[in-house]
Amino acid sequence: MPVDLDYLSPSAVDDAVALRASRPSAAFLLGGTDLLPQMRSGRRSPETLIDLKRIPELHEIRENEDGGLSVGAAVPLADVETHPVVLSRFPLLAECSKTVGAWPLRQRATLAGNVCNASPAADTAVALLALDAVVNVASTTGRLAMAISELFLGPGQTALMAGDLVTEIVLPGAAAGFRGSYQRLSRRKGMDLATVGVLVGKRDGAPASWRVALAAVAPTPLRVAAAEELLAAKGASAAREAAELAVAACRPITDLRGSAEYRREMVGVLVRRGVESLG
Amino acid sequence: MADGKDDRNDLDTNGGVSRRGFLGSVVPAAVGVAVAREALSAPAAAPAVAELPAGEPAKLTLVVNGRTHKVLVEPRDTLLSVLREKLGLTGTKPGCERGECGACTVLIDGVARYSCLTLALEADGKKVTTVEGLMEGEELGPVQKAFVEEDAFQCGYCTPGQVMAAEGLLRENPEPGLDEIRHGMSGNLCRCGAYAHIFKAVDKAARFRKER
Ligand SMILES: Cc1cc2nc3c(=O)[nH]c(=O)nc-3n(C[C@H](O)[C@H](O)[C@H](O)COP(=O)(O)OP(=O)(O)OC[C@H]3O[C@@H](n4cnc5c(N)ncnc54)[C@H](O)[C@@H]3O)c2cc1C
Ligand code: FES
Ligand code: FES
Repeated sequence: MPVDLDYLSPSAVDDAVALRASRPSAAFLLGGTDLLPQMRSGRRSPETLIDLKRIPELHEIRENEDGGLSVGAAVPLADVETHPVVLSRFPLLAECSKTVGAWPLRQRATLAGNVCNASPAADTAVALLALDAVVNVASTTGRLAMAISELFLGPGQTALMAGDLVTEIVLPGAAAGFRGSYQRLSRRKGMDLATVGVLVGKRDGAPASWRVALAAVAPTPLRVAAAEELLAAKGASAAREAAELAVAACRPITDLRGSAEYRREMVGVLVRRGVESLG
Repeated sequence: MADGKDDRNDLDTNGGVSRRGFLGSVVPAAVGVAVAREALSAPAAAPAVAELPAGEPAKLTLVVNGRTHKVLVEPRDTLLSVLREKLGLTGTKPGCERGECGACTVLIDGVARYSCLTLALEADGKKVTTVEGLMEGEELGPVQKAFVEEDAFQCGYCTPGQVMAAEGLLRENPEPGLDEIRHGMSGNLCRCGAYAHIFKAVDKAARFRKER
């Protein structure tokens, strides 16, 4: 851990933004499950930590009029995945959240932190992509809303500007009702990032809508629109073709968790199974 | 200090364990904020944040096992290191120190937390319970007793963390089923693989607590 570290815990969002603007080498702190290990290993060395957990606004989890849900940045994953509205209307988010580490970790790790850390393997990001989530941001120039589809740029990189503070993540009511699975391969359950993560979701209707999103097989979490459109047109009988489209969309690397070939192969298998199970 | 009750390192008895600072320079973590409101209205000007010299110790109030401690900590200090090194409560164990093993589990305001992933300053004013705090006088508390009776360890290194995770689980859910026990204990690894006994011990602890 950096020796010369400073710690501030403001109690309002605007104060946090102002503090951050005045300190170029500061980092926001939520659960710290990404940030603190990164600091300990020397990968990051901010001079100031701005702890956001004493800001009451960020602890709110709020139902919106459109049937959607706003999740404050400081809400831990444990509270997200057990929330009745998440379970009834956005069950895919609960599925994905449950795969992040172990339960005590999720009592601390937040949804916003998982998003801001922007790991290609971020498990909740696939659900948020599939559900067209919106990220609300406070900055020195005011508040803005960003579509999650525009957020991820690469490993650890987001479209957030230095100093932008994510205040909440909004699940739009229009994305309610998708059911399905998040199939996740890892070397050890609860203790390792995904080697491959495949979300397949479906919402009944005429025609049914589909969602296909992938983790850990490209520089960012990924949604495969081509596969979704094909499934909407042809239904679950197009599982194999949809799987091929997903394989074509991914750009995996070889690392200690698995080879690119293995990952590509598994994307095909898991997308096919995911679709067939909803057929 | 082995009994964990000694507060030699506490401010009130020691006048400060600081290597570099002294009390007069201590600025509580939140002080900068009121001042920063001015910075908001005039963002271009140099912000008038009360600067706590980086790395300078800050005064922290921790209520550990029912006893109030005032300690000087540095912002980089984890709760784990403060408990062990400043308060001498070595029951809490360091393992991976990155949120993977649970050896460092303590209760913060009654909830099981990894103390290695918690900065000491984050716990300011909160109630912390460590394994030492589960003793009932000279007797073992119900969870500890159940672990002994069920032989729920081999080397014992993970045990304080397991016991605290179990205590946290039982405070939230006094009668957990096996699946709930496995779920609640899922953040605690045991390299000796005593899991089956650990789960039995948690079940027994639930009964002991009820009988009390
Ligand atoms: C043992 C272990 C296992 C894990 N397993 C998984 C796993 O299986 N899957 C997975 O996806 N992740 C996993 N993680 C990673 C981690 O738990 C998640 O990414 C977590 O959700 C991050 O949330 P946090 O609140 O801890 O964020 P923090 O670490 O506090 O912050 C994360 C990043 O976001 C920045 N930040 C924080 N708040 C804001 C804000 N409001 N606005 C802008 N930027 C901000 C921080 O500066 C930091 O860079 C694991 C971590 C550990 C330690
Ligand atoms: S030492 Fe804290 S989780 Fe391993
Ligand atoms: S008893 Fe040895 S690690 Fe658990």
